[in-house]
Amino acid sequence: MNQPPAPLLRRERPRLHRLAERGLEWTLRACGYSAIFFVLAIFLFVFREGAPLLPKLDWAQVLFSPEWYPTSRVHVRYGVAAMIAGTLSVTALAMVLAVPFGLGAAIFVSEFCTGRVKETLKVVIELLAAIPSIVWGFIGLSVTNHLIQRYLPAPVGLNLFNAACLLALMSVPIIVSIGEDALKAVPDSYCEAALALGATRWQTVHRVLLPAARNGLLAAVLLGVGRAIGETMAVLMATGHANQFPHSLFDPIRTLTATIAAELGETAVGSDHYRMLFVIGLMLFTITFIVNLLADLAVRGVRGKTG
Amino acid sequence: MGPETGKKRARGRRAGALLAALALAAGVAGCARSAPAPGAGKLVIQNIGSDTMVNLAQAWAEEYAAVAPEVSVEVSGGGSGLGIAALLNGTADIANSSRRIEPEEKARISARTGQEPREFLVGFDALSIYVHRNNPLEEISLEDLHDIYAEGGPIDRWSQLGVPPIPGARTDRIIRVSRQNNSGTYHYFRDVVCGRHADFKLGSLDMNGSKDVVELVSRTPAAIGYSGLGYQTDQVKMLRVARRRGQRGVLPSVATTLDQSYPIARPMFMYTPGEPPPHVRQYLDWVLSPAGQKIVALTGYVPLRTDAPATP
Repeated sequence: MNQPPAPLLRRERPRLHRLAERGLEWTLRACGYSAIFFVLAIFLFVFREGAPLLPKLDWAQVLFSPEWYPTSRVHVRYGVAAMIAGTLSVTALAMVLAVPFGLGAAIFVSEFCTGRVKETLKVVIELLAAIPSIVWGFIGLSVTNHLIQRYLPAPVGLNLFNAACLLALMSVPIIVSIGEDALKAVPDSYCEAALALGATRWQTVHRVLLPAARNGLLAAVLLGVGRAIGETMAVLMATGHANQFPHSLFDPIRTLTATIAAELGETAVGSDHYRMLFVIGLMLFTITFIVNLLADLAVRGVRGKTG
Repeated sequence: MGPETGKKRARGRRAGALLAALALAAGVAGCARSAPAPGAGKLVIQNIGSDTMVNLAQAWAEEYAAVAPEVSVEVSGGGSGLGIAALLNGTADIANSSRRIEPEEKARISARTGQEPREFLVGFDALSIYVHRNNPLEEISLEDLHDIYAEGGPIDRWSQLGVPPIPGARTDRIIRVSRQNNSGTYHYFRDVVCGRHADFKLGSLDMNGSKDVVELVSRTPAAIGYSGLGYQTDQVKMLRVARRRGQRGVLPSVATTLDQSYPIARPMFMYTPGEPPPHVRQYLDWVLSPAGQKIVALTGYVPLRTDAPATP
């Protein structure tokens, strides 16, 4: 009777050990769920601050008028149409610049280069993503501002084009790294089959790889869009912050994010102006939510199956 | 048996330590906040508000450190609105404001603290009109400024003011540089130039600081902007301002502000929420003394007294 318990004792794990493991598991679980909690809490907070104003707003004016006079003495108006146009135009232009570069770089990194070049490129592109946006803003204010005014027919250097260039540079790393992952996820057998059929490298990329990685690449672009829409400091500094509909590439504009950044610090807490800035926050929340949802659906390939 | 249990206990202790470390890491942020500031015992005056006055307030604070080493004045900008909001939230002892407090704000502070906020006039600021140094314009009237800046004003192009093409500008359009709509400077300029019952024209470039306005104007040949007299640089030109078209314009300076011939000058205030405590009161008394007022003149603003050395 004395002999058998010995191996049992060895197999049995110490109580503290088990407790600690369970504790760790719960901690990790809490970490995981906390993301959901924080998103909901932030949304609720933004909504709570903005909500009292929602029924009072004249929505036709808010959505279709450029007249943003939150501190007017005579006639307070909360038109954000020009800012929506500004946000959309700067994002669209940034994507026109960033998507060819980003996807091109992703294809190059994943398919056309190997070894040290590949490693160097990946590290440098990741470094590009690590530059803080205030630094980009500073570059926009002092470097590109100057260049644009000197070499392009722009009367003022802080404009749509300047900000779009910066946003493009900021979203390229995201497009490259996620796009590269998408290309890497395509099974090697696809490429091998294409090569076996006598396809050239370009034909393989164009006809096999890109269609196969389509959803992942779309997700990469949409996450780039999300980055560009949500960006604040760089666009505040580089767009010129002028509340008007852009008529040309070189018009100064104003974005939704920059308006919040510029004005929230100085409004009295609880005033209509303060609440309106939170309503703008809700609009941004909705826009980025839709963009991220689309990206997510793209990753899952739901679009591919249904469409 | 003995060594084995010892091993187990050690392992258990390690896991426990890990847990404790995690818990500590989560708690650290909160602890750091509640820890007392270094150098406790020193009296701190929080001085928040107007961007226009931030240079001046900083200069005062630095000078006052020599006068009363036991008091430390912490200055930050952000705008007059922010300063008054900070009084309301109780985070500021003194709010700097380049506009008079609004009756509504006054009522809110009284409701919050049970005392009327106290107002101290500490100096004057002249708002200069800046253009690029290539701009041939020398003089402008308040009426022209109204037509340029106010909603519905008919002037959009430099040629309407009779200005020949500006070298390097590439456009005849007037690029209006303004301030964010909470700034005291914005409010003051709107009241004086656009009128008390009007708003700005849309599409101006709204900068977030007095210095940014001057900097943008210095880089943009077709631009016009307004900012404090103290922010002048060699890169921009200050315009003479006339009250009406056809009258002679006046260059902003200490003398023209004090004799009120310059039309866009305004008082600068400090506000306290109710009667200030003794150390704040002493600071304000010093600010209003000849020593404090000398600094007003040195930083490019206009002091209350003419006996302070007037450097333009």
